[in-house]
Amino acid sequence: MDWQFLLASLTKIVVFVFLVTLPLVALTVWAERRVSAAIQDRVGPNRVGPFGLLQPLADGIKFLLKEDFTPNHVRKGFYWIAPALTMVPALLTCAVLPFGSTLFGEKMVIADLNVGPLFVFAIASLTVYGIVLAGWASNSKYPFLGGVRSTSQMISYEICLGLSIVPLLMIYGELNLSKIVYEQAVNGWAMLPLWGEGWSLKGALLFIPVAISFVIFVTSMFAETNRLPFDLPECETELVAGYHTEYSSMKFALFFLGEYAAMIIGSGLAVTLFFGGWSLPFGWLTPDSLHGEVGFLTGAIHIASFFVKVIGFILFFIVIRWTLPRFRYDQLMRLGWVFFFEIALVNVILTALIIWLVE
Amino acid sequence: MAIVVKRPKLKWWEHLYIPAIVSGMRVTLGHFFQIVSKKKKVTMQYPEEKWDAHLPEHYRGAPALVTDEQGRERCVACQLCEFICPPRAIAIRPEEIPSDDKWAKVEKRPKKFDIDMVRCIYCGMCEEVCPEQAIFLRKDYAITGTSREEMVHDKGRLYEIGGVRTGLVNKWNYHK
Repeated sequence: MDWQFLLASLTKIVVFVFLVTLPLVALTVWAERRVSAAIQDRVGPNRVGPFGLLQPLADGIKFLLKEDFTPNHVRKGFYWIAPALTMVPALLTCAVLPFGSTLFGEKMVIADLNVGPLFVFAIASLTVYGIVLAGWASNSKYPFLGGVRSTSQMISYEICLGLSIVPLLMIYGELNLSKIVYEQAVNGWAMLPLWGEGWSLKGALLFIPVAISFVIFVTSMFAETNRLPFDLPECETELVAGYHTEYSSMKFALFFLGEYAAMIIGSGLAVTLFFGGWSLPFGWLTPDSLHGEVGFLTGAIHIASFFVKVIGFILFFIVIRWTLPRFRYDQLMRLGWVFFFEIALVNVILTALIIWLVE
Repeated sequence: MAIVVKRPKLKWWEHLYIPAIVSGMRVTLGHFFQIVSKKKKVTMQYPEEKWDAHLPEHYRGAPALVTDEQGRERCVACQLCEFICPPRAIAIRPEEIPSDDKWAKVEKRPKKFDIDMVRCIYCGMCEEVCPEQAIFLRKDYAITGTSREEMVHDKGRLYEIGGVRTGLVNKWNYHK
């Protein structure tokens, strides 16, 4: 481990996590408010800065200046650690997402792990601890119910989430996200197999299980990030604010930011797995080999391509949130356990059959 | 007796839920693009854009005192408005007009005329009751202040808002 590697990793961490992802969180909050406003024929925040772009900054300052109130009846230690436990895993999962091909000869991924998706699921499932601890440590009814709901919801949908990507892993025979992306760059995106080997009978047949797993993956992602239509842990009409009812000031803000960060990482993972990550459609500007050197401009275009896709996905998340009503709890559990779980299992078998039959 | 609500029988594609999502998104995105492309405008940007030109003739804004064409203050301090005012926002202290004054024959005028705009409910009863047509509800609606004292309109402020009204009452005209 030489100093050059450390320096490069550190730069990537600082730039990708703190200079790109966190501002993107702020931007997402702004976009959420503006888009929801437009959908409901309103204007939304437009006073602070151009187009109200500085609104998240103003909100952040407001959160910092508010009284950080700790109620007397809470379990202090757990109460304090819970917000951090929701924010940290969300940011940790950034580590394996390949957000670009290469730039200055450096791979544009913080940690090129060989178990990418597994790492993401392992870390993302830690988020549930933050919510459970928040719900339990608050020592009051609404947070407790919110925490319980969230636990069962996240555990149920994690299974669907994991099973839904098994077909993809079977098709690519690979758990390294960088290699999966390169494979897609050459042979067509999972959801757009129109070039390379994707443009064949096998590719066309495999598109069916991939599309099914895409639907399951995205729906489970919604449930996993506690967003509408699955925001039962914090549904205002029943549980006041759910697990963060007793939180104020920056501790509440951490829950809030953690939710949005999880949403961005979820979008990033969906883009990486189904929409070819940083690659451009139809194999344009694809490097000759995995981690093959590309020029500065091409590298920049690849990074831009990744973030354009992620932002598009975030907008999709937002529009869905303001379109669909909330599920009832039994409907949520039925959907997760009765439908998605079985469909995902059948989907795995279907993929195996297609791969076996075509070969 | 229990009532059995008949549930609609869904077709198989309706069970899939995806067509419902698509049609729902058509509605929301329709609204989104109408607003974004500025085809439809619903909200008025208040401090910059105002609706003042569209205020109706009978709009009831801040009450104010008026002077007549000869510069005489119309109010004769009869205190009817003070008595009728439902929230008791008006406080008048009358004084006698000295005999050497040009308007000595009017006899009374308000020494102090305060309207507490924190209390005022803009009902317009003062205007209705005034026998001298001295108090009117104007179209001013943005009455703000940083203290309670500031929100009390005194005589000077009331005449400033009210200005001059000609005609209406001619009995004090000294040509008559």
